[in-house]
Amino acid sequence: MTFFGNDAWWWPYFFILVAGWLATDFWRFLGVFIGDRIAEDSSVMVLVRTVATALVAAVIANLIVFPGGALAATPLLLRLGAAAAGFAAYLAISRSIVLGIAVAEVVLISGLLFGA
Amino acid sequence: MRDDPHPEAPTPHARHWYWRGVRGAISVPGLILASAFVGFASLARDAGLTLLQTVFMTGIVWALPANVVLIGAILAGASLPAAAFAVALSSIRLTPMVVALVPELRAQGTRKWVLYLLAHFVAVTSWVIAMARLRDIPREWRTAYYLGLGSTLVLVNMAVVTVVFLISGQLPPAVSAALFLLTPMYFLTSMWGSARERAGHIAMLLGLVLGPVFHVVLPGYDLLMAGLVGGLGAWLFHVATARKPSA
Repeated sequence: MTFFGNDAWWWPYFFILVAGWLATDFWRFLGVFIGDRIAEDSSVMVLVRTVATALVAAVIANLIVFPGGALAATPLLLRLGAAAAGFAAYLAISRSIVLGIAVAEVVLISGLLFGA
Repeated sequence: MRDDPHPEAPTPHARHWYWRGVRGAISVPGLILASAFVGFASLARDAGLTLLQTVFMTGIVWALPANVVLIGAILAGASLPAAAFAVALSSIRLTPMVVALVPELRAQGTRKWVLYLLAHFVAVTSWVIAMARLRDIPREWRTAYYLGLGSTLVLVNMAVVTVVFLISGQLPPAVSAALFLLTPMYFLTSMWGSARERAGHIAMLLGLVLGPVFHVVLPGYDLLMAGLVGGLGAWLFHVATARKPSA
């Protein structure tokens, strides 16, 4: 039942359809169905949002702490330093996403090129 | 000219607002999203997916966090139900986003299937752009605008994923590593900015710390546990401090 556990050509697409499309568009369609029947600031909605936010934050942290690909070969401290520097720049200077990403990348690349 | 044009009817006006939506996609947030999908393409390739599977996934799942979680589940060797559960859990946030968007999108006489179709394009970037700009667009053309915006974002990023997938094997390691950092940095900054209440920031900080902790302590249940524990903690804070209205 894993992604690579079946040799049929259609299996990966079926896997993506069920675990990807169904698991996301179900919530979107539910959102249309509910429409404006729920107050956005009700306390149940806040709980839904905080759980979802914490979950995605966990994904982000794991992508930095336990990364894949070429990032896995870089020192953990350099990755954490780059992410922290980027996030600090984002917070300090007008909440610019572009700037935050750019600073993180500059720190990472200079660390790799000049041997952190 | 008829007096009651439907928003989705191909009148000159609908076409005008459709193209305004297309142009809305070619913007700074659109560019940042594309750079995050650059990182995703490298991630998918590294996980062993084919080009076709990656492009299919980009269009059919669309929300980048869900795509990244799905790749994470595939990498972890998760079974189909476990992968679906993880992706579903990471995508619950789409419901309140759509709930908030629908009253903005809908005009009198907008057909239901149009809303269901447009809902597929809902993800952080198109939602942020739409919530900011829809109010300045005549109500009957909002669905046309959002169709242009959402479909362009999806198609552009399917193209971006294709190109990056094809060239990412030939990049120097430093560039490749930098690509992998794009996705988490994009989410780190854009999620912080889009949080509505203080509890959102607390949920984020808790999730950032708990994710790696549970990854070591409870491998396989790390995302689920970080989401539940972090989310519940932030929600308790919200309830405890919410006595004053709209702090």
